[in-house]
Amino acid sequence: MEDLSKYPLQLDGNDVPVVRFMNVTKSYGSLTVLDQLDLDVTEGEMVSVIGPSGSGKTTVLRMLMTLETINSGVIYVDGQPLTHMEKKGVLVPADQKYLRKARAKIGMCFQHFNLFPHMTALQNCMEGPVQVLGMSKKQAQERSEELLSLVGMIEKKDQHPSRLSGGQQQRVAIARALAMRPKVMLFDEVTSALDPEVIGEVTNVIRNLVNEHNLTMLMVTHQMGFARDISDRVCFFFAGKIEEQGKPADLFGNPQRERTRQFLSAVKEAD
Amino acid sequence: MFDWRWDFAWEILPRLLMATVNTLIAAGAGYAIALVLGLVFALAQRTPYRPVTFVVRESVEFIRSTPLVLQIFFVFFVAPQFGIRLSPWASGMIAIGLHYAAYLSEVYRGGLESVPKGQWEACTALNLTPMQSYFRIIVPQALPPSIPGMGNYLVGIFKDTPMLSVIGVAELMHTANAIGAQSYRFLEPYTMVGVIFLLISLPTAWLIRIFDAWVRNKMGMN
Amino acid sequence: MSYWSFLVEYGPRFIDGVWITAQQFVLAALLAIAIALCAGLMRLSENAASRGLAIGYIELFRGTSLLVQLYWIFFVLPLFGITLEKFSAGFLAVGMNLGAYGAELVRGGIQSVPKGQWEAAYALSMSPAKRMIRVILPQALLNMLPPWGNLLIELLKSTALVSLIAVADLMFQAKQINGSTFMSAQAFGTALIIYYILARFIVTPFMRRCELVMARKMGRG
Repeated sequence: MEDLSKYPLQLDGNDVPVVRFMNVTKSYGSLTVLDQLDLDVTEGEMVSVIGPSGSGKTTVLRMLMTLETINSGVIYVDGQPLTHMEKKGVLVPADQKYLRKARAKIGMCFQHFNLFPHMTALQNCMEGPVQVLGMSKKQAQERSEELLSLVGMIEKKDQHPSRLSGGQQQRVAIARALAMRPKVMLFDEVTSALDPEVIGEVTNVIRNLVNEHNLTMLMVTHQMGFARDISDRVCFFFAGKIEEQGKPADLFGNPQRERTRQFLSAVKEAD
Repeated sequence: MFDWRWDFAWEILPRLLMATVNTLIAAGAGYAIALVLGLVFALAQRTPYRPVTFVVRESVEFIRSTPLVLQIFFVFFVAPQFGIRLSPWASGMIAIGLHYAAYLSEVYRGGLESVPKGQWEACTALNLTPMQSYFRIIVPQALPPSIPGMGNYLVGIFKDTPMLSVIGVAELMHTANAIGAQSYRFLEPYTMVGVIFLLISLPTAWLIRIFDAWVRNKMGMN
Repeated sequence: MSYWSFLVEYGPRFIDGVWITAQQFVLAALLAIAIALCAGLMRLSENAASRGLAIGYIELFRGTSLLVQLYWIFFVLPLFGITLEKFSAGFLAVGMNLGAYGAELVRGGIQSVPKGQWEAAYALSMSPAKRMIRVILPQALLNMLPPWGNLLIELLKSTALVSLIAVADLMFQAKQINGSTFMSAQAFGTALIIYYILARFIVTPFMRRCELVMARKMGRG
């Protein structure tokens, strides 16, 4: 077991990041997926994560959503530990109850949407606000309809997911995640499972969120052009570490590391 | 058909219909036990406690691998050895309920396993409690794929009730045997019992198919 | 009386019973397989008459109880001049009943073969019979072996019912021993364990073996 006393119980100071990965390691058996990762995301920032498959980029999001347990290191959200909790003046691994409270600030959209198939688009969006936030049905419905309008899906609100195209399902999934009013939104390869002709309708929704709303976002994507367009910062992952990061213009225009160059030219060729 | 006597058939029809009611009660009660107990078996196999999982898994396997008629005899004759007096009805319901609970637990298990992992992850992302996740998201999705299997075993339990005749439960088969023994006529009672079974099990199977389609449609799952 | 001396005294009778059960099982299984193939193929036939016949057979045997069918064959058929001795009546009833369930497995197995295989065989100008025997059935067989494993366990369990028309199988012996000794737990418990061993350690491993051999033959091992 790692000595957790070296980690602060909470982050203080003026510019506490919304998300901080501190020395985070995740491995499955002998395979290390994240290797002593440090990563900060500040308020309102849009960070894209790119890299070859198996580089650990999806794991970053899954750790933040607490879908995976942590091997060592601590993740802080809003200055408070997410993966750990305080007990007698030191950090200990968080229990289920604490995790549930802590992850309320995080929302996530998945590659395969994961909409609930037995509920309509509207019911999908209302489920969290009613069941978790304890909102009245009326309030939740108002909020959900507003969000479904935002993603352009209000006309299909009474349809079940099986009646919707992939792009439409993903837009509903975005509305569902937003309905929980998260501080941080995670997009995990949200366009990877889509047909080429509907990718635009999903990226437009995300673009709109970046421009009009001051959300903090982390996005794993294979679409370099899109990442370049909308990100404040791009992180290139390689073998469980951040190989290079910077403003999109710098990272795409003038990559400093050999591996980044190789990856970007390989991706360009495939396009 | 030669030798078929309609007057005799009419004469025994009321007795057979009365016995049909008993058959239906036996099937219904046995099925109710199996539905609940089966869920217990299925959930017990999903607990993190290894010994519990192992014992339940092996018991289910044992019950499924041995003949129901033997289990009926076992319960009926062995319980008194341990000082428990069970009526034929009680032992029959225990045996048939246990037997089908083992089968239904497999149906439930398959249903629960058919729900994609992404659904659990979406529950986490929406911060639902484990209870909410199970009962609002997972079980509703596990049910529709379980309906055909549950329906099959409903018809199956109904068709297995004649085995209860071996310990003297007065259902259809037992009554037909009694009529045969009294009158030395077997053609009418056994044929009529067969027809009664057909008349109940075929429409039931058909209704289950319709119900299955309706549920899938209702849940937006086709 | 200890369980050990019970076994010493009545062991031979259990063995006699197992022998009869094994015979009933093998004969009924062969019959069920033959019926399942015929009825399953007829069920898919384009000829309405043979399709109707197969549906009628399947629904009749699946819609009523095995016990009813067994009694009917044993007690009623003689009235029509067909008298079967109990041993034959036993495995005939079990085989005909399980054959109806097997027919549905055959149908499902054939339908699970991808449409492209039919089209490929068609494109090679194979005759319908050749297409079925050389292309479709081998693949269907591989797909339906696992459910047939379950069906054979059901068949083994079903043979216990032949004891009710006094075929001296394992179940029958257990009942007799119980009747003469009143040692119900020992008599029925031993029979339960023997059925379990037959199912779990003989029938199931045999079917696994068949699956493996088939898979290897089909290049999927």
